[in-house]
Amino acid sequence: MSVAAATNGHASLDDDVKISELLRFATAGSVDDGKSTLIGRLLHDSKSIFEDQLEHVVQTSERRGDGYVNLALLTDGLRAEREQGITIDVAHRYFATPRRKFIIADTPGHEQYTRNMITGASNTDLSLILVDARKGMTKQTRRHAFISSLLRIPHMVVAINKMDLVGYDEEVFERIIGDFTEWSAKLEVGDLTFIPISALHGDNVVDRSEEMGWYQGPPLLYHLEHVHIASDRNMIDCRLPVQWVVRPHSDEHHDYRGYAGQVAGGLFKVGDEVMVLPGGQTSRISAIDTAGREIEEAFPPMSVTLQLEDNLDVSRGDLFCRPHNQPTIARELDAMVCWMAAKPLQVGSRYVIKHTTRSAKAVVGEIQYRVDVDTLHRGEPEGGLALNDIGRVRLRCSAELLVDPYARNRTTGSFILIDEATNDTVGAGMLLGAQRVG
Amino acid sequence: MNPFTYELSHLETLEAEAIHIFREVAAELERPVLLFSGGKDSIVMLRLAEKAFRPAGFPFPVMHVDTGHNFPEVIEFRDRRMAELGERLIVASVQDSIDSGRVVEETGPRASRNRLQTTTLLDAIAEHGFDAAFGGARRDEERARAKERVFSFRDDFGQWDPKRQRPELWSLYNGRIRRGEHVRVFPISNWTELDVWQYIAEEELEIPSIYFAHERQVFARDGMLYAFSDHVELINGEEPFDASVRYRTVGDMTCTGAVRSRAATLEHVVDEIAATRITERGETRADDRVTEAAMEDRKREGYF
Repeated sequence: MSVAAATNGHASLDDDVKISELLRFATAGSVDDGKSTLIGRLLHDSKSIFEDQLEHVVQTSERRGDGYVNLALLTDGLRAEREQGITIDVAHRYFATPRRKFIIADTPGHEQYTRNMITGASNTDLSLILVDARKGMTKQTRRHAFISSLLRIPHMVVAINKMDLVGYDEEVFERIIGDFTEWSAKLEVGDLTFIPISALHGDNVVDRSEEMGWYQGPPLLYHLEHVHIASDRNMIDCRLPVQWVVRPHSDEHHDYRGYAGQVAGGLFKVGDEVMVLPGGQTSRISAIDTAGREIEEAFPPMSVTLQLEDNLDVSRGDLFCRPHNQPTIARELDAMVCWMAAKPLQVGSRYVIKHTTRSAKAVVGEIQYRVDVDTLHRGEPEGGLALNDIGRVRLRCSAELLVDPYARNRTTGSFILIDEATNDTVGAGMLLGAQRVG
Repeated sequence: MNPFTYELSHLETLEAEAIHIFREVAAELERPVLLFSGGKDSIVMLRLAEKAFRPAGFPFPVMHVDTGHNFPEVIEFRDRRMAELGERLIVASVQDSIDSGRVVEETGPRASRNRLQTTTLLDAIAEHGFDAAFGGARRDEERARAKERVFSFRDDFGQWDPKRQRPELWSLYNGRIRRGEHVRVFPISNWTELDVWQYIAEEELEIPSIYFAHERQVFARDGMLYAFSDHVELINGEEPFDASVRYRTVGDMTCTGAVRSRAATLEHVVDEIAATRITERGETRADDRVTEAAMEDRKREGYF
């Protein structure tokens, strides 16, 4: 598209509206850690708060008698949130700098809203965890860090906030780093960065702090603008779950068969040999289409339509891969599951499982353990997994699924569980392994 | 896309996400419908539907809830665009809802059919048995929208319950519903107003003429400029006058404010949007003077 932009006569758009990359990040923090203030600061200093929005916040703050301009009102959009002064559900906010576009998933800190935190964080590139410098790590900090690592969010930033209230003391910062590092040694965290900030005064948020000369790293916004995310995608294992078969009924395109989906991994090129699972037939890619325009190659996260040289039986739920690099065809799954419903997950319970573009029935065979998020110890799952519990579960499915470990691929390694009685989404699963069929 | 690093621009990423959502709905729900207003967001939605399903036709009809107070330019555009696409258009008419007694027309100089549209929409959803309705709403438009899921569940009264939203993880959407319920689906949830304009520019999409600066007879009310037409009643002291304006959003003639502008090309409109300091909703409800001030600020910084 940017290629098109350079030639279609609109290339003279100003610098601040030019094409840029997208970074999605989730913020999490306990109540009063200053999360809303930080987001307000990022939006304000990047000039992303519009005048009428700010005016509204100023007026509402006055009316409520907050005594200050309460930037939390910008993101706490639900009536209940404003009444209680807490974030209940994830809010999305958007801002841009000349270098990148940002989507913030502002997620709640309360344990009882963990499922909303997971909703906001599941497809982000970076997790921003706030810690109050006066309090250090709390139970909620540990929960947020654990969930971020479980979701394999590739980058984590721990922003130690309210440094102004501890005299901008380097020792406080170092002590929290020590505590966090020691505790998180058991977690899978790819890239961990600590930044001392004061969201209220703007220290190390957009501009470097004049109060903390001892800190040599970049301010938060600079880090967000520069963190390298292109390598986070899996460009090795070719995976394309088929969503939809494009079959025009017109005379002009009578013989057209296109297999549409979003690339979940690897690089697909015209002429490549591909295999369709679970059937196992092979063919070559004759064309890759996007709305009438042919392209030569497709990679994540592009949505494309493939045409094949041969006429194969391919339908929704099938998956394209390469003959020498296939996912596991499995019915027995071993996964970490976050439970998101009041009615617990128990051995023998049945659900609908949705994995890529396939759905099946699943029955819980075993709950191996429940993770104590505070201590990271594995405990007995007495009575199953309750709301907001996280545990390791074995599932048996009514149909074959085409899976990879979540650590290898966030798309082919994830699934949701749906309660057939209520139609609610009740579980989020991340695959550890699978039993190959046959 | 950058051929050397295999990176997508932010618009390409957003486009891929939206196309994925379109296809999921088509595959998992029985009777979807695409809501179309003639505005810029719906125009982008049509383009995304083309990208998702061409060279085949859309696997759903397009529906316009017509208040009867639409800008004639928009209705003309709607019919022409639908003819070009060769897709099926359903028009649900607020006038019909009034005539059949389902809703009561508001009266007085500030009367609007804006609120009445909901009944017409829900009636049409029930009449046609639609179980999913695509909308072009965006999360950056408004605080409550910022909280809404991409697949937004509606009960059999068409209600949204913000406290009972389904978890929505990765790109696994749960569209399971009971009879009588439906989902509203927002494929461009994560787009900003500027993204929409940039996409229109890149894709060279045609938009109704009222988005560009034109001479129009308007009158001032509550610090805003409204089109003078048969559908409005002037209050004491309000005098129609000619001004160069454009519209930033497209809605009912009676309640959509115009902004003063001389931006006659897409490029100039995009520049104005990039420079604006007021949200589109704020601007079409409140005072419009800031567009010019923002433009002035940019000129001071070195803009032409």
